[in-house]
Amino acid sequence: MTRVMTFLTRRRGGKGWHWTDIVTWVWLIGGLVIMFGPAVWLVGSSFKTPAGLAEFPPTILPYATEEVTVEGYDEPLPLFEVTLEDGSTAILAEARRIGLVAQMIDPNDPGEPVPVNINDRSPVRELSFEIDNYTEPFVHFDFLQYLYNSVFVTVMATIITLVVNSMAAFALSKYKFTGRNLVMFLILATLMVPLSVILVPLYSVVSALGLFNSLWGVILPTVATPTGVFLLRQYMLTIPDELIDAARMDKASEWQIYWRIILPLTAPALAVLAIFSVVWRWNDFLWPLIVLSRKELYTLQVGLNVYAGELNVQWHFILAMTVVTMIPVVLVFVFLQRFITTGIAGAGLK
Amino acid sequence: MSQITLTGVGKSFGAVQVLRNIDLDIKDGEFAVFVGPSGCGKSTLLRLIAGLDTPTLGDIRIDNADVTRTPAADRGLAMVFQSYALYPHMSVKQNLAFGLENSRMPKAEIEERITEAARMLEIGPYLDRRPGQLSGGQRQRVAIGRAIVRNPVAFLLDEPLSNLDAELRVSMRAELAALHKRLKTTMIYVTHDQIEAMTLADRIVVLRDGRIEQVGAPLELYNKPANRFVAGFIGAPNMNFLPAKVEEPGGEGFFADVLGESRQAVRANAAAVRADQPITLGIRPQHLRLARENEDGVEVEVNLVEALGSETVVHTTAGNGDPVLAVLQGQRPFNAGDRITLGLDPENLHAFDETGLRLQGN
Repeated sequence: MTRVMTFLTRRRGGKGWHWTDIVTWVWLIGGLVIMFGPAVWLVGSSFKTPAGLAEFPPTILPYATEEVTVEGYDEPLPLFEVTLEDGSTAILAEARRIGLVAQMIDPNDPGEPVPVNINDRSPVRELSFEIDNYTEPFVHFDFLQYLYNSVFVTVMATIITLVVNSMAAFALSKYKFTGRNLVMFLILATLMVPLSVILVPLYSVVSALGLFNSLWGVILPTVATPTGVFLLRQYMLTIPDELIDAARMDKASEWQIYWRIILPLTAPALAVLAIFSVVWRWNDFLWPLIVLSRKELYTLQVGLNVYAGELNVQWHFILAMTVVTMIPVVLVFVFLQRFITTGIAGAGLK
Repeated sequence: MSQITLTGVGKSFGAVQVLRNIDLDIKDGEFAVFVGPSGCGKSTLLRLIAGLDTPTLGDIRIDNADVTRTPAADRGLAMVFQSYALYPHMSVKQNLAFGLENSRMPKAEIEERITEAARMLEIGPYLDRRPGQLSGGQRQRVAIGRAIVRNPVAFLLDEPLSNLDAELRVSMRAELAALHKRLKTTMIYVTHDQIEAMTLADRIVVLRDGRIEQVGAPLELYNKPANRFVAGFIGAPNMNFLPAKVEEPGGEGFFADVLGESRQAVRANAAAVRADQPITLGIRPQHLRLARENEDGVEVEVNLVEALGSETVVHTTAGNGDPVLAVLQGQRPFNAGDRITLGLDPENLHAFDETGLRLQGN
């Protein structure tokens, strides 16, 4: 703990505060707020009621007005802290409100209602988590079906991406053939072409192949990524050729060289690509939206769209489900990130 | 049996010719060392034999079977690489087993061979470690072990000791020599270190610029270098070269004028030289001695004296400005700037013609 404190309070200017220390702290804290603030707001707001969401000014945490059941009233009544005419304060429930005047009653002694100006009262608020935001969609919304579709697309696409890209990278980094650089250049050139440009032709191809309205139609066009090939190739270039020569002397076939020597040694780069691929595929919206038109095939991101109607957006459900869809990506990142930093043990080469 | 024969082998990378017309015959059980300066093509030659590269010309035979186009895996050879090239993600044991598993050997036999190799190389305690957890010398043993378990017809070693520190190199050198004695398998060893070549080899192949300069037993190369390059390359410290001119036949060969200041008898076939032919005389530093009274010698100026106790290394400059190194027995009271006269004995003189070839009869 003391070491953490020494680390945190370490300053460039020795004893005093150098101006760079202040800039650093402002920069870091500002960055934290900007990057992390929306995520915190999202999680907090996902527990709010629709009314809580509409409140201004917005709050980070979900607050709701406390309610009590009062004898003689069917509905629970909201509680308010009221400043009475004699200057004392009391906790009263609102029976009804007409214009600027509310009829308030004492929940413990429900007698004659007291008229109170609404400016003389403030709601009694407590932290309240609206769990329904989460449970409701599980019941009425096909969450599990969408989750299954999303997981299927993400896992399959990631596995195929890793295999296909690493094979391409292996050939491009370890075999010498004419046109190798041209092929590499062409692959990198496709980085310049955004999805929206090739959307229509890609749709025609997928449709002609009968993959329209199929999860494979979402998976297959995305598996060959120039970024992945480039990333893996650059990493494989650092694996010494002598290892491959040694494997050849050891009677390994080309497939075994790839599978048993190159792939395990590329693990750190594969982990990075796996993270990318999972995040890309999980968050994919436009392409699945185009390919999938049957509701039971929707992925989560497309499925969430049903809460955004033309006239009415059910923000509380959207926010809650967004939190749920974020969880897997965050978990993947947390676990694979550790794997990357650990790396693989030792190098057999000098 | 594993005789390796190379006939007219050449290798080019694009327009660059790395090896030209290599003819070589390595006998069964022989320890052959390829030696030469960097870039002479010795590693390329080894890779051609291994099958990791294919020659552009000529053919390679192992036990009379043409293997020129045979893939590396099917030649039955094992190779030890300069960087060891151990698979970093596998344990020592898996490293040793990898080649055997690939040839679909039964598990029990793999186990047996690994145990035997581990015993021989004393790597038993590290079998479960990763290469990254081993020291340089241990990795070296594992690399050799990986070759041994294959039970190859010949071992190819590509500068295997160059990554070790000096002390370890000496002890590994001795172990390699002992290993060769025990296994009696053909070994081809590439090095740029002529001491390794001299101590290990049955036969040394000296290469330069993609050509074989001389093939022979270590002492044969030392005593009768075929040309100036081999003379200068083999032996430490390097041989001294002095320009000379043929004067007249006489003695056991002819007399030569060294640097225009001294007359020396040279043992060679006098009929093969003509008068006034420029030649080069070579003499090893150890063979130089101080000239006796009135003896015709080469006068040199002392630059630096290194007294090692048992011997004195004297760096000098000859009259024509060429450096001459002399290793004199015992302790000598010289100082820089002294002028001394060095005597040459005809039996230790190596004579080369203007193209650098050794003179006939020398």
